[in-house]
Amino acid sequence: MTLEAFADTIIPGEKRSSDDRAIAGVSTGGGAVTSGAVELLEHPAGGLAESLTGLAHLLNGHAVQYATEHAVQLDDEVPPFVALSFADRTALVARLTAVDHPEKALWVGVALFSNMAFDSAAHLSTAAAIADGHPGLLTMGYAPPDAEGTWQFPRYSYGRVLADLHPNTTPTGSPA
Amino acid sequence: MSVTEGTDVVVIGSGFGGAIAAYHLAVGGARVVVLERGPWLSADEFDQDFKLGSSYTRIFDFTIGDGMSVLSGNCVGGGSVVYFATMPRAPGFVFERQGSIGRRMWPASISRETLDPWYDRAVEALPVTKQSWDQVPYGGGLWAAACRHAGRTANPAPTAVDVARCTNCNWMAAGCKFDAKRSLLLNYLPGAVEHGAEIRPLHEVQHLSRNDDGSYRVHYRIVDEVDYRVLHGSGAIDAKIVVLAAGTGATPVILQRSEPTLGAMPPAVGRYFSGNGERLNTAVFDEGKVRDLLGLSREDGVAYEAHQIGRGPTVASWDKLDGSLPEYERFSLEQLYFPPGLGTILAQAPDAGGPTWFGPEKKELLRRWKSWLTIFTMSEDDNEGVFGPPPATGSATRFSQQMLGHSSLQYHPTPNTRRGWELSDADVKDILERDGLAQVTPWTNDVVGAYTVHPLSSCRIGDDPATSALDDRHELRDHPGIFVTDGSAVPGALTVNPALTIAALAERAMPGIVQAARDRGVSVSYLGDLPEGVESSQARVLGRT
Repeated sequence: MTLEAFADTIIPGEKRSSDDRAIAGVSTGGGAVTSGAVELLEHPAGGLAESLTGLAHLLNGHAVQYATEHAVQLDDEVPPFVALSFADRTALVARLTAVDHPEKALWVGVALFSNMAFDSAAHLSTAAAIADGHPGLLTMGYAPPDAEGTWQFPRYSYGRVLADLHPNTTPTGSPA
Repeated sequence: MSVTEGTDVVVIGSGFGGAIAAYHLAVGGARVVVLERGPWLSADEFDQDFKLGSSYTRIFDFTIGDGMSVLSGNCVGGGSVVYFATMPRAPGFVFERQGSIGRRMWPASISRETLDPWYDRAVEALPVTKQSWDQVPYGGGLWAAACRHAGRTANPAPTAVDVARCTNCNWMAAGCKFDAKRSLLLNYLPGAVEHGAEIRPLHEVQHLSRNDDGSYRVHYRIVDEVDYRVLHGSGAIDAKIVVLAAGTGATPVILQRSEPTLGAMPPAVGRYFSGNGERLNTAVFDEGKVRDLLGLSREDGVAYEAHQIGRGPTVASWDKLDGSLPEYERFSLEQLYFPPGLGTILAQAPDAGGPTWFGPEKKELLRRWKSWLTIFTMSEDDNEGVFGPPPATGSATRFSQQMLGHSSLQYHPTPNTRRGWELSDADVKDILERDGLAQVTPWTNDVVGAYTVHPLSSCRIGDDPATSALDDRHELRDHPGIFVTDGSAVPGALTVNPALTIAALAERAMPGIVQAARDRGVSVSYLGDLPEGVESSQARVLGRT
């Protein structure tokens, strides 16, 4: 649940149900969580899978510290990071991924995978992900493959001259 | 069990520098072994798939350093398999650059004029062709029209894509499954193999040592074909000549790791790294303005919405490649499709009230992804990158099974470099935000540092031993018989895509390397021909040797 809340802070989505606590629900349509962020983070090829329990623990520790600093009362029924408001989650993620934060590489890594779940469904075959209605790829408008399962665009050009060439272009087509 | 064998020449790496060397040495009669740390894939194995473990993650590396992240090839064919095949020659003023050392950084023997015959050869071999406007995909057309709207010029860039075969799928970073992209898998490498060169994929060179007879021993480990973090057995090959072409991010690391066995390296090994002054801006277009201001529309009536369609950079703005401008103020701008997966995270939402690279406003930017256009700056940086101590194996500490790693590269841009970026950012904004055509924001360097797909100069040629690791024949100073021919040998940023210049320099280095091999007792000749019997430039280069 903690990592879902982190992923939802990177690319937010709408709640899966009315009692969904991990997803803050600040955006319409699917976000990183329903795009498969946790599945991608858990994928053995990614390199983070074995660290996830520790990362969640670490993140919740930062959440407690943040709450203390900002006099935020945390709800004990959910992990501390999940208990934060979306604005507070955002502020904490910004702090953890800031240029000078000692744990920056870790949290940028989790953010990178959260984003990849949404923008490329890297835990799934792309064609199958689109066929199954992957929220991220569909939100971006990524075009589906053709009937053979490949991407080819026979129409691709405006088909006309659109600018004057640089005057110092050589006969090879390179700059002089 | 470790086995030591012998050959005439070991070539480390199979990108432009390695493939060209392997071809000429094998054709000339030398026994050549090519060691490549990545896998060997062909067209039917190139996937249109972002899934981890597909060719999209198998054949390139994304390494994160301190202040700089580098994208590079990791497969037989190296960068040529993953690159976007945009192949301009470097403008003449580049060769006169002084950069951070305050005097001409290129060897006196090299200028655009002296390099042009060698450019000609690479152009013939791949081949590289000019594109006509009716072959330019929508994204390039949009960039050209925007440039004209701003009173600027724009050029379809020379390309090593066979446009007639290209399907404009934009999967070039995963390898071209239609063999439209003329990678080294289609010319120099098969030519080398035909003449006896042996290519060994998944062989990662760790270090070199010197034998008593002056030859070299190349020590390697076998890389697991699925999980590159796992190394299997080791081996070694003795050779009279070593051509090091492991890539700008790996060549200096291998040499650094070899210091205990080879002796001290020239001080420029692992220094003067350049990111080719690269920078990315993301534009999101107003489709109505594209139609009304630029008069563009597609066959289906949509004005643009074609970010996914095409083949990498096809149109370039060369208005600021003006040799009369001061150094650090010259740059080119190209339209670029950068595939999802590693790129979109760095795009920043324009005019955001909250965070820009993540969060709700970033998601809104992603909703308009089809109307994006990435503009790619190649400018003049200050060669400020330095490699730290090498990792125990390989060139970076692998983080994921494939693709992701952390390198020891440190890159802290100087005010010169930053000024060039700021000028180019302002230029992009001036062109694309004119009359509300688009909103433009630079990709952020704050997440993974600056970003380059064209790393250069970590082991560069030059006339000054203090600032160049190689002499002008590409031989490593104080280590005769070791040559470096990849992007690390290029002295500095080129202001354009560097692949053709790397290839031209490798071609230029070959007569000298062949002569060095002969001097060391290898029975080899420089024939000056090209793969698939291209002979038109043969007489010209033979006349120069």
